[in-house]
Amino acid sequence: MNELLGLLRKECLHILRDRRTLVVLVMLPIVQVILFGFAIRTDVQDIKLVFVEPSPDAVTQAIRNRFAGNSVFEVVGTARDVPEVDRMMAAGSAQVAVIFESGLAGRLAGGLPGRIQIVADAAEPNSGTSRQSYASAVIEGYARETVVRSGIRIVPQVRVRFNPTAESANLFVPGLMAMVLTITAALMTALSLTREKETGTMETLLVSPLRPWQIIIGKVAPYLVIGLIGLLAVVIEARLIFHVPLVGSFMLLVAEGLLFILVSLSLGILISARTASQRVAMMAALVGTMLPTLMLSGFIFPLESMPTVLQWVSLVVPARWFVAIARGIMLKGTGLTYLWPETLILLGMAIVLLTLSARSFRVRLE
Amino acid sequence: MSGELAIEARELSRSFGDFTAVDRITFSVGVGEVFGFLGANGAGKTTAIRMLTGLLAPSSGDARVAGFDVSRESEQVKQHIGYMSQRFSLYDDLTASENIRLYGGIYGLSRAETRTRTERILARLGLEQASKVQVRSLPLGWKQKLAFSVALLHQPKVVFLDEPTGGVDPVTRRQFWELIYEAARGGTSVLVTTHYMDEAEYCDRLSIMVAGRIGAIGTPGELKVQFGVDSIDQVFVRLARPAEGAAA
Repeated sequence: MNELLGLLRKECLHILRDRRTLVVLVMLPIVQVILFGFAIRTDVQDIKLVFVEPSPDAVTQAIRNRFAGNSVFEVVGTARDVPEVDRMMAAGSAQVAVIFESGLAGRLAGGLPGRIQIVADAAEPNSGTSRQSYASAVIEGYARETVVRSGIRIVPQVRVRFNPTAESANLFVPGLMAMVLTITAALMTALSLTREKETGTMETLLVSPLRPWQIIIGKVAPYLVIGLIGLLAVVIEARLIFHVPLVGSFMLLVAEGLLFILVSLSLGILISARTASQRVAMMAALVGTMLPTLMLSGFIFPLESMPTVLQWVSLVVPARWFVAIARGIMLKGTGLTYLWPETLILLGMAIVLLTLSARSFRVRLE
Repeated sequence: MSGELAIEARELSRSFGDFTAVDRITFSVGVGEVFGFLGANGAGKTTAIRMLTGLLAPSSGDARVAGFDVSRESEQVKQHIGYMSQRFSLYDDLTASENIRLYGGIYGLSRAETRTRTERILARLGLEQASKVQVRSLPLGWKQKLAFSVALLHQPKVVFLDEPTGGVDPVTRRQFWELIYEAARGGTSVLVTTHYMDEAEYCDRLSIMVAGRIGAIGTPGELKVQFGVDSIDQVFVRLARPAEGAAA
């Protein structure tokens, strides 16, 4: 026990004395939340809307009123024709155009289908898609309402579930936690272990009476603590700045976070066992853990819209399961009753990876 | 097994695939003896040391270090040996005292015992003033002397030094060897590898490895007589580079 405490103490000294790395570790969660919160927004506001209305009638007026009453849209005026719409979009004065068919009310009254075209500026594909879907939601709302003429009048309310304000902050925060934990747990562990190999101190530790498990715990435990602190920092900051809720159990979130940290730590140990220098370990950690966390966890890019092959690949990305769990707990207040499959998968990964990493560490003694 | 021997290797071998790095070496080191372990780069010295320190399992043969079998009793072996690698054993970002304290803890010394030994080491090396300085800013020679003292901290029966004096001036090397003699007088056996032939002359006995085997073994005097030359340097050249030696 005494020897383990000594190792832990020494590792903490390493961390505290490496000021630059420490600053990066502390600032990382803080800066990332702000960066992602303000810079990378997928929700759109104040969409500049223009109409093309060849023959104004009751129907076009009703739809215009709907758009005018919707806070997401800002009606900037009426264009004469489609070429004028194109010019406005090129100039940036319009982002979405709603183009009514000539004689719309008459066609509808005669039982014919009425056509309304939506044109969206998709220079940024993500925003373009959301603008377009906002606009079509407004028109569909009107259509549904008018189809049911007799009897009860249905006023559809489009509501986005679990993310009532459709804030992208709510979506990215769980992913951000996975990022921060991956960096501290996997990357820092791999770096600190390979550093000892580079400097030759690892040999001295292996020649000493320390058991391999003591060396591993002595090396990785401090990063587990730093990871937990990072997790808390993200949760608190997201709440203070972006009012991201924590609907579910805080303790469950911490416990699941710990599980994910264990998985990442094991990955870090595995990487360090296969690499001889910090530089290679850094590259391996970036490609092997950070990229999948960024791209294949559903953090930024929805998994559903990925090619099937990538969806399969994402099944082995630990962050995918952690992001699902964290979203469940934070936004929906889901408990273990529903999150047990994801938890079980993470637990399985933790057991397999811990076993593998412990073995890879022992092999080096042979 | 014999009680007076610190190291006893018998037919010790290690191969990696088809390559035999260490080929049936047999030698022994007595208690309090300074044993030079010489050989050209790649002759198998490091592999042999790794087997003797329990870092590497022998392919065949056996060895006893400090009275314990390296394959079957590696835990006991580790308690009784010290080790200083050619890349040091110290942490650059810790101070001298912190390094000593760390290894004191690892080898199970009490807090009080560690403190006494720390003071003794710092006084012996004249490092009292620099005890709060991170090791990285110490001169190389001091780092090496400190690393050696740390390897001796738990008073091991055998200490392994892998090229301990690389890159320092002759005066500092001489001081380092005084520390080695001190340890040997205290009953610690020293196995040291070196590429400096003047250092080879300081050893009680030495062996020269050639291509995984022991090419020659004996006191420096015996070896010079045996090869009919007047320095270990010439012995080494004869053995390690037979063709060039003959041509010279």
